[in-house]
Amino acid sequence: MTEIATSPTYRRAGGLRILLERYPFLPALAIVLVLLALNGVFSPNSLSYRSLTGLLSTYMALILLAIAQTYVVYAGDIDLSAGSILSLVNVAIVVLMERWGGGAGAVLLALAIGLLLGLACGLVNGLVVAALRLQAIVATFATSIFFTGLALYILPVAGTPAPTIFWRTYGGRLLGLPFVFYILVGLVVLLAVLSRTRLATQLLAVGDDQQAAYQTGLPVVAIRIRGYLLCGLFSALAAFCITGDTASGDPLVGGKMTLFSVAAVVLGGSALSGGWGTVVGSLLGALTIGLISSVVFFMGTPSEWQNFVQGLAILVVLMAGVLAGRRARP
Amino acid sequence: MSRVMSFLRQPIVVALALIVLLLYLGELMSPGFASGAQILRLLIVASLLGIVAAGQNVVILGGREGIDLSVGGVVSLSAIIAGNVMNGADIGILPAIAACLVAGAFFGLLNGLGITLLRIPPLVMTLGMLGVLQGLLVVIRMGIPSGQAAPALSRFVTQPLFFGVPGIIWLWVAIGILMAFMLNRTVFGHRIYAIGSNEHAAYMAGVPVRLMRIALFMISGMFAAIAGLCLLGYSGSSFANVGEQYTLTSIIAVVFGGTSLAGGKGGYTGTMAGAFLLVILQGILTTVNIDESGRQMVFGATLLLLMMFYGRGRAMRA
Repeated sequence: MTEIATSPTYRRAGGLRILLERYPFLPALAIVLVLLALNGVFSPNSLSYRSLTGLLSTYMALILLAIAQTYVVYAGDIDLSAGSILSLVNVAIVVLMERWGGGAGAVLLALAIGLLLGLACGLVNGLVVAALRLQAIVATFATSIFFTGLALYILPVAGTPAPTIFWRTYGGRLLGLPFVFYILVGLVVLLAVLSRTRLATQLLAVGDDQQAAYQTGLPVVAIRIRGYLLCGLFSALAAFCITGDTASGDPLVGGKMTLFSVAAVVLGGSALSGGWGTVVGSLLGALTIGLISSVVFFMGTPSEWQNFVQGLAILVVLMAGVLAGRRARP
Repeated sequence: MSRVMSFLRQPIVVALALIVLLLYLGELMSPGFASGAQILRLLIVASLLGIVAAGQNVVILGGREGIDLSVGGVVSLSAIIAGNVMNGADIGILPAIAACLVAGAFFGLLNGLGITLLRIPPLVMTLGMLGVLQGLLVVIRMGIPSGQAAPALSRFVTQPLFFGVPGIIWLWVAIGILMAFMLNRTVFGHRIYAIGSNEHAAYMAGVPVRLMRIALFMISGMFAAIAGLCLLGYSGSSFANVGEQYTLTSIIAVVFGGTSLAGGKGGYTGTMAGAFLLVILQGILTTVNIDESGRQMVFGATLLLLMMFYGRGRAMRA
């Protein structure tokens, strides 16, 4: 009898549930495919190679920002400053590139400094939240105000253009394939490597049960700080993509993106309470947000209704993401 | 001695001390900052924030990661609704109040239903609702003009009512007394703390947890709606996203008031002090002659510094 009593949770698990448990991002993938199909129905042209590449290069920044957010959410934290880190790195690299003449060397050097800046911001967040033990929501909101101030100091008004070589490369082609394609491949490889590192597991362990993680000997504070460092790093990468896409600096460009990044993480089936999630889900979640606005546009929604329909659709898929994510958890 | 220390550690004492300190600093930096008229002006602004924070406060007290990110959207929406219903005529004030309260309660109800029936985390549900509200604002603004505040409403918010103090400040004080009474003296208030500190125990003790939680979000929506109405009176006419700033500042006011984001601990009196503190800080920064960039950096850094005085998490212990 006891054996039967202990095993039914496994017995009852159907094929779908096992599949969901192994690939928790499947619901997000399904939503993306449905949205792609809808796009195709309303405007067959939108599924062309060219349009899809355009969609990807527009939403690559949000994808990266959502991935940045995922690593802190893994540990049960949140980063409301991710968008302002993106803005800060965006204006910093644009101003540096311009000052240094806009050659290839200047671009690369500016990008390196941009990465360091992202890491520095992540470190500040990590210290404030994990080491000083302030509440993540309010503390990262405070740092976001600070980072925005810094971005405004570097570039008070939007408009400084990025060097031609930079945005031509981002929007252009390499060996016959669009450049964003290489970014995507590079990103997938990077994510695959990261997901196999100890850090990803440790972040999830901390998010699942901080006390238990501490008692097994994990350096909880250091791990949470590393989560914020990863977040800063990916926010900087997101800034590179937005700079490539908009070809200019704007100290407020990322402000609206923070909450979208949180939404994308939830859409991807990750739990905001931490301990459960996938970066692939967040990638698909960010694509979902992009595809929703494109479907709303192609459906011929009157322009004043577009934001409302988009907001409603995002709310619905958010709920779906939460419900599916809960179903998937072991 | 330890009694004195524990008295000094109380969040409301900290907040009041910081208020006095900031007023003093403000007076040093620009003479006249701490004058009676100027303090009344700051209190008007603080009461707008404080009214939003009242709703945020009960939602946070209710626990289970309770938070309402949609308040900013409700404030904006309510300001537009009020402007259109009254449209510059005093006769329209009562219908406007009714319309705003209904709208606020409606969106609070939707939040509450999603959070209790579908068990969507409050952060996610209210974030999604914020997106819907922002979309709705665009729709409304495209269709109709923004409308005007009724003269009586503007007088209520900006002109002295009794003893030289504007009506909105009296309203805020009344809300403060009502909130303190509700939280400390009524079954409803005790139940808020109960579900906030241990939801399961509260459920076992017969507290209708789901109904309570829905009620809390409806209260939050209604307070945000009242604030939107008063904001219209303050600015005369509503403009796009007037309420946006209240979403996160209302949370900070609650935190500065000593209410724990984990729920079940805190109260509204502290939040009132927290809202005033936040507004004084912003007031000082606008009088100081520095760039917008410097102002933001100082504001962010000061917020972090002030947070050090409040509810830091506990250190990990084996």
